[in-house]
Amino acid sequence: MTTKEVKTLLSQIPDPEIPVITIEELGILRDVSFENDECVVTITPTYSGCPAMKAIEQDITALLKENGIEKVKVKSVFSPAWTTDWLTEVAKEKLRKYGISPPAKTSSDKSILTGIQKVVKCPLCNSENTELVSQFGSTACKALYKCKDCLEPFDLFKCH
Amino acid sequence: MEKQLFNYLLRLADSSLILGHRLSEWCGHGPVLEEDIALTNIALDFVGRTNSLYEYAGKVEGKGRTEDDLAYLRTEREFFNNLLSEQPNGDYAQTILRQYLTDAFEIHFYEALTKSKDETLAGIAAKSLKEIQYHLRHSSSWMLRLGDGTKESNTRLQNSLNEIYRFTGSLFETDENDSVLIAGGIVPELTGIQQQWQKDVDTMLEKAMLNKPENVWMQKGCLQGKHTENLGYILAEMQSLHRAYPGVNW
Repeated sequence: MTTKEVKTLLSQIPDPEIPVITIEELGILRDVSFENDECVVTITPTYSGCPAMKAIEQDITALLKENGIEKVKVKSVFSPAWTTDWLTEVAKEKLRKYGISPPAKTSSDKSILTGIQKVVKCPLCNSENTELVSQFGSTACKALYKCKDCLEPFDLFKCH
Repeated sequence: MEKQLFNYLLRLADSSLILGHRLSEWCGHGPVLEEDIALTNIALDFVGRTNSLYEYAGKVEGKGRTEDDLAYLRTEREFFNNLLSEQPNGDYAQTILRQYLTDAFEIHFYEALTKSKDETLAGIAAKSLKEIQYHLRHSSSWMLRLGDGTKESNTRLQNSLNEIYRFTGSLFETDENDSVLIAGGIVPELTGIQQQWQKDVDTMLEKAMLNKPENVWMQKGCLQGKHTENLGYILAEMQSLHRAYPGVNW
């Protein structure tokens, strides 16, 4: 298999915690290369303590083994640091449909660093009348919000 | 310079691990569900950062020690975490205060560390800095809520401040080991960072209606592995499984 074929194969792997998007769409899958007969897959965590990394590593190794690649090394890198800017528009739309409000602005916007994202849309009714419940949600990459119009609680994928 | 870098990485990693472990003690005990989740999320960030720092330290040392070896097979005197990180959780006010004092330091320290000439260290710092921004926002908002809250919450926060402020000097401990690294542009000089920290903390204490303790004798010794008695208890619990079943794996 060529590196391109391996990449295509791996791009089908869903994120273990947000299974509607793949590890490629999320920007976790960084690179594929071959060193002699060993396949080296480079991934990067969304947050440094992300507990899903082990599961992702196992998914990668298992899928490659099923496809006849026995020698696999999964490398985890921190640099360049993962950012929500890597999420494609398609991925953001998938998140919204899944009930997670996608990060709206890019992380280079300084207001993101100093304050809380100003406008957060409810993924269910599209209202902008929402409030922060907690900066830390069900996973490290999400914050917890509540819609004041439809009253539903929802997750925001934090801009990062 | 490998020896000095190894020592420095251990210091960073140890502080991160011990505070991360402390925060994880709140798991299932938080005052409200959101805070339980927040503190364990923050704990996860600290332990994740520790993992990368130990992994790199093991590589720099070149003796084949893994992150588990470094976390589980050293004794109190071989740990170099700052003294603030090992202080008990106490009540929620004390946990928040310990966190705020640490976050206010880390935001400046890790930002400076992103400019390190050591690419791996700069990479870990850049990753951590993004997370520290969330930690600081969380702890700052609780400092204000508790300090400017009820008489009870203000009293508790003030009592915690009187109790643990003397360990903040430990955040800025430095020795000749560091001077080599500072000269090489690997790690930042701490004097400027300490001034920024002090300014931020003074402003916060005033906003939170707290009195800064006067004439405090700063407790030090972490770089020589001298700790308060708390560390021994933490290690006893944290390392017990690995000590009982050497080399155990999930």
